[in-house]
Amino acid sequence: MCALNQVGPGTLSAPPSPRSLGRRLLRSNLLEALAYPHGVDRYVELLRPLLVKRDVRAEVTAVRRQTPKSVTLTLCPNENWRGLHAGQFVGVSVDIDGVRETRPYSPAGSEHAAAGALELTVSTHPEGRVSRHLRDHARSGMIVGLSQADGDFVLGDPRPERVLLISGGSGITPAMAMLRTLCDEGFAGDIGFLNYARSAELALYAPELDQLSQRHDRLRVARGFTRGRAQALNGRFRREHLGAVMAEHSEAATFVCGPPALIDAVGTLWREDGLAEPKVETFTPTVLSFDTDGAEGLINFAASGREAANSGLPLLEQAEDAGLAPEYGCRMGICNTCSCRKTAGRVRNLTTGEVSSARDEQIRICVSVPLGDVALDL
Amino acid sequence: MSTSAPTLSPSQLEAFGRELDAVRARVVADLGERDAAYINKVIRAQRGLEVAGRALLFVGFLPPAWIGGTAALSLSKILDNMEIGHNVMHGQYDWMKDPRLNGKTFEWDSACPGEQWRHSHNYMHHTHTNIVGKDRDIGYGILRMSEEEKWHPYYLGNPVYAALLAIFFQYGVALHDLETERIASGQTSLAEKRGMLGDIWRKVRRQTLKDYVLFPLLSGPSLPFVLAGNAAANLTRNLWAFTIIFCGHFPEGTHEFTEQETENETRGHWYYRQLLGSANLTGGKLFHVLAGNLSYQIEHHLFPDLPAHRYGEISIEVSEIRKRYGIPDNTGPLLKQFGSVVRKIVRLALPPLPGRGGSAAERDKPPAAQLKPAAAPLKPARARLKQPARAAATIGG
Repeated sequence: MCALNQVGPGTLSAPPSPRSLGRRLLRSNLLEALAYPHGVDRYVELLRPLLVKRDVRAEVTAVRRQTPKSVTLTLCPNENWRGLHAGQFVGVSVDIDGVRETRPYSPAGSEHAAAGALELTVSTHPEGRVSRHLRDHARSGMIVGLSQADGDFVLGDPRPERVLLISGGSGITPAMAMLRTLCDEGFAGDIGFLNYARSAELALYAPELDQLSQRHDRLRVARGFTRGRAQALNGRFRREHLGAVMAEHSEAATFVCGPPALIDAVGTLWREDGLAEPKVETFTPTVLSFDTDGAEGLINFAASGREAANSGLPLLEQAEDAGLAPEYGCRMGICNTCSCRKTAGRVRNLTTGEVSSARDEQIRICVSVPLGDVALDL
Repeated sequence: MSTSAPTLSPSQLEAFGRELDAVRARVVADLGERDAAYINKVIRAQRGLEVAGRALLFVGFLPPAWIGGTAALSLSKILDNMEIGHNVMHGQYDWMKDPRLNGKTFEWDSACPGEQWRHSHNYMHHTHTNIVGKDRDIGYGILRMSEEEKWHPYYLGNPVYAALLAIFFQYGVALHDLETERIASGQTSLAEKRGMLGDIWRKVRRQTLKDYVLFPLLSGPSLPFVLAGNAAANLTRNLWAFTIIFCGHFPEGTHEFTEQETENETRGHWYYRQLLGSANLTGGKLFHVLAGNLSYQIEHHLFPDLPAHRYGEISIEVSEIRKRYGIPDNTGPLLKQFGSVVRKIVRLALPPLPGRGGSAAERDKPPAAQLKPAAAPLKPARARLKQPARAAATIGG
């Protein structure tokens, strides 16, 4: 388990140990003044990378391979980690050939997991630099960077009365997190768990799902294999599959995570039935649509003193076109790496459609399109 | 030593520029683990030397500990300012996307705020290299380092000012972006520079607090030894940085340019000016590391944002290209180049001798007509970077 996370709410009243005194010293203003301008962390991390006071980092403590196309890691975050709700995602950073790459992953563990350990199941993609790197190089003791958890794909509090979890491919991970959390909480309502994989060989968490469904009589699990014959379900998601896990889907809080086709199929069916949109999560880049015709105004990159005519593209691309090299990560509005202060102007967020004209706000420039003049602190 | 530069036709300059662009593209495509491992190794060495140096100075009443501690701290500050600070702040490691090595936010162990350095050095000096009247690194607004600058009895003190600048180099650099000579001449007012002064004051205060108050006080009975050791380390770094930097542009044979000559420069022409305006130093591997690889000043000026540890290998290609275009080399050992700089500082302290047909600098300089390419498109990105943007950046920063 996570030996690093001994300092939790339960230990606050305990007398300070030499260990916590050492920590207090490391975090003192005096030491910070002595370590100026680099900061204490830049010295400490050379010996103990997890002991830094600002960055969220985690140590890989276990590595297992459930399927040929995935790797499952157990991570112990350092004490800067603020925890997560089942279903949320974290940005995971690794250095690959000298370059820091960050990708969002939804941990699959229960939010009540012992000592805050995180479980990541990373499915590899042929072009996925990070996923392939983790599959090939992850080992116990490896340190990865983390962001704080984010996302509103969560069960909510209080819990819904019935929960329907539909997932496909690597999208099973937030659904597993929710299922395990509900099981840990002794959830008394119905849970339907519908999961799709290409084949039985590539199905994640199969043995555990069988065990859980035996232990919890209100839980019904069904798995479908989109390529090949299934035990229970045939082919891709359709209405008949719902009956295998839940008698009346209309009254269940529904969560869908997987490729866009699955999300679209479920969404269409829910609309047909006149139901509210289910909560969805997808990490496959959706095609961001924007209109470059009729773009007007000037983009002012204030910190670098450059200015360019608005081309209608997302601001990150416009900055790159202007010869700047802003930081970026996912380029799909998730990881917040490209976040930048907008000092003036109106922008539209492509993922939410929201238009904002607030002065001095942080925006994710990879998914923000300027509407007229915009000034960025870049 | 007088060298004359060849006349390159506009098409030659264009081909020359393309060849250097290709060198750059090859290196950019090859950046990776090797470069990341290198800079991380240097950082590790610097932090190790710093901790070791400060620890040894705590027992600085023992002479060997004082000498060892001061040497380690000096090396730490040299690495911090040159191979790490100067190079990281050029954005040489931005491609790593590591926020700790981001050129826009990195801060160094020097009195000069990183933000002001990025303007005065990365932009002003690197864009306007050796253009008299625009490149304020020519004499730092204090010295007469060019025949083009009119002599004045003030410059009789040239060698003294140079010595003082070398001793207090980090403060000279800190005040550099203030353009004190323009304040003195009334071209700009101190009030306009209040924001910058505030930034300098905050940086100097924290640097001073660390080196001259906290560490000495914490050492108790070793206080005078820590104080002396820290001062000596700062002085060593100042002298070393001054020496390397002055040897990069001021030995005899480096060329100067006028504003008229460099109007409407093309890319190839810009490379040509960088090459003629800089000089290299020869030395061993450790020497180059301690010089922050600015001993390859020519390569640094051609490619300021490529990782500096690559300059050595790049210099082989650059040298081959240079020879083909008949452009003279300006490389020499440290002592020879520094001697040349010192002679120049002394010579320019005195008024020009009457009756001599042109100054040495003028003889070195390629005629303006040769430098002017026929129809040169203005490089828009560079032309746009003007002063008002700087004001915004200062407020934002």
